[in-house]
Amino acid sequence: MENMVNIFLFGKQYSVPASLTIMKAMEYAGYKLVRGCGCRNGFCGACATIYRIKGKQELFTCLACQTQVQDNMYIATLPFFPLIKQVYDINTIPTNQQVMMQLYPEIYACVGCNACTKACTQKLNVMQYIAYAQRGDFAKCAEESFDCVMCGVCSSRCPAGISHPQVGMLARRINGKYLQPKTQHLEDRVKEIHNGDFKEFLDELMAESREEGQAKIMERYNTREIEQ
Amino acid sequence: MYESYTTDQMRESLKKVEANRAANAAYEPERMTAQQKDDVLMTYHPDYIVSEFEDLKIGPNKGEKVPHQLADLLQANSRIDPAKIDLENPKYDVDVLVIGGGGAGSSAAIEAHEGGADVMIVTKLRIGDANTMMAEGGIQAADKPNDSPCQHYIDAYGGGHFKGKPELVAKLVTEAPDAIKWLNELGVEFDKMPDGTMVTTHGGGTSRKRMHACKDYSGAEIMKTLRDEVLNRQIPVVDFTAAVEIIKDDKGAAAGAVLMNMETGELMVAKAKCVVIATGGAGRLHYQGFPTSNHYGATADGLILAYRAGAKLLYADSLQYHPTGAAFPEQIFGALVTEKVRSLGAKLVNVDGEVFMHPLETRDICASSIIRECKARGKGISTGDGEGVWLDTPMIELKNGEGTIEKRIPAMLRMFMEYGIDIRKEPILVYPTLHYQNGGIDITPDGMSGVENLYVAGEAVGGIHGRNRLMGNSLLDVIVFGRNAGRSVREKFKTVTVGKLTLEHVNDFAKEMKAAGIETDIVSPKLLPDYARKFNG
Repeated sequence: MENMVNIFLFGKQYSVPASLTIMKAMEYAGYKLVRGCGCRNGFCGACATIYRIKGKQELFTCLACQTQVQDNMYIATLPFFPLIKQVYDINTIPTNQQVMMQLYPEIYACVGCNACTKACTQKLNVMQYIAYAQRGDFAKCAEESFDCVMCGVCSSRCPAGISHPQVGMLARRINGKYLQPKTQHLEDRVKEIHNGDFKEFLDELMAESREEGQAKIMERYNTREIEQ
Repeated sequence: MYESYTTDQMRESLKKVEANRAANAAYEPERMTAQQKDDVLMTYHPDYIVSEFEDLKIGPNKGEKVPHQLADLLQANSRIDPAKIDLENPKYDVDVLVIGGGGAGSSAAIEAHEGGADVMIVTKLRIGDANTMMAEGGIQAADKPNDSPCQHYIDAYGGGHFKGKPELVAKLVTEAPDAIKWLNELGVEFDKMPDGTMVTTHGGGTSRKRMHACKDYSGAEIMKTLRDEVLNRQIPVVDFTAAVEIIKDDKGAAAGAVLMNMETGELMVAKAKCVVIATGGAGRLHYQGFPTSNHYGATADGLILAYRAGAKLLYADSLQYHPTGAAFPEQIFGALVTEKVRSLGAKLVNVDGEVFMHPLETRDICASSIIRECKARGKGISTGDGEGVWLDTPMIELKNGEGTIEKRIPAMLRMFMEYGIDIRKEPILVYPTLHYQNGGIDITPDGMSGVENLYVAGEAVGGIHGRNRLMGNSLLDVIVFGRNAGRSVREKFKTVTVGKLTLEHVNDFAKEMKAAGIETDIVSPKLLPDYARKFNG
């Protein structure tokens, strides 16, 4: 007999194998998921979940696909959370503090309770990255928020109504486009390609690919030098 | 240490792995010859197990082999009764309908919008619930001085066993640097040196270090940025809505789709001048019983829609089994362990602590070798449910210094740490997992399928990667061919006058099934896998 535990899905009790993740336990209980299930691997943030162990005070948050069930776990999924996403043109926005004041002024109403950080399913320092955003330090905000899966749990716990994942998203795009150093070798290569520099050789390779037997292109592949 | 590895075999084996680590890390295994590669593929690769495939009885690829599970869906009943669909009063009427909200669909929508088209996205889950989001390792582009698109062509074409369509491979490699530039200018944060030089590594089968990455969240970083851009442009995204049939017009061109609300079952009609299928892959069909690294919606829907509408498939019998799926613990069975782990220096080690192959052979060779090591040579490690070989992750920091794992592959560190395995100090167990649909719908270089005005982009396309895809060429493909489809339709729609809408092809397909003696209860597209435990028989 498998080792079983009792869990409570939206308050209703089910007995499920102890080895399962919350997501698989729901399926074991008979749920066919449509909402609250995306990549099943911890990248997409579709399966934000809140739970509490019976008789204990603390409220926990997690991704259902990444978290093993425990005995007496009271589980509620949070398949959607109404984050506020402001619309902007990445090509014309200010790249300093001003942009946050325009688009997400509520971040300045942060009361410093740190509930966002405690709630983060990715264990990110959410309040810290909001603090960086307040100061206009977008490189640091980008770095601290990089692993965010935008599940929205932080925002569900925020008394100031901040949409933290969208703030981090904006900071990362500003960082990637404007603050990180430019890549000269990329610019050069794009110019060379537009200039048609590789066309002749590529045409030759395509012609070799279409030849009966493909001897030439096979020879090129099998004897190509591999960078160490 | 090793608290999660509880069996005697694991513990004995770990001693050997640890004892040999320094020597194994320094050892440079030989690469296989062309003949050795052929041998291991033919004997151990799942694509060569004849009994797992069957001939299609009807449709554009009649007589060609596909996996049983795909044949069942290609030759299945429609979800709708065409007679009951009101084609006269479409709920949506747009220039461009994009089916699928992953990397390819989003790229296509952005480019179509950029060209002034009235474009909308429908997706059966949410925008971003896609394999793109899960791509970890990186994206290839030949943008370094020692590299060139020609070199990239040779790697991709050869890695695909010389079966790719040359004009598609050429487009992939030629437009790669521009794709990186486009992403960077949208705000994607690539790993760079302080002077702006891209940090690039090898992938299996690459001859130059051209793998660009955003730590090991490369796909997530790209997908999140594309999604943000789609929303900034206020392109309508109708989520939890699946396309269940392509609609054609009386001239035989694609002219929209029948849509279904995933939650309420409501059917709706979308009329469009051009349709882009960007529905992704098929891992959730679990070919040959393999676990998969794919997202929940990867059920080959686009192939079904296109096939019923009359489009030809190419290499639909060719799948990619990623060599390193997590084999242990059970909770993450089949999850992807990025190839970047090997790019950074981790090697594959058997139960005796021996390195049994070069870690950067192409994926099909690598997967076949792992299967051989376990099944034929008996050198795997039992996991309880199955078996696996060690991927010796501590070698990474031995080679590149402490802190490398946290900096370069944080998602991997996090995933295993959840289960008490610290990959900086402990190796992990891996076994091949169903990862990618190499084949798909046949297209011309402008992205159009065999059906007029029906375009395809991303994993649903066949022929770009031949019979094996290299790491980092899929993220590249979704961007290059997504943009390509978007740029094609934003010109094409201007020339299209949609005729009278029809679903007659759905009726015709049903007749063809009947004539071929196919009787089945199966309806398709599948839309989602069914993992719910069944009660009441």
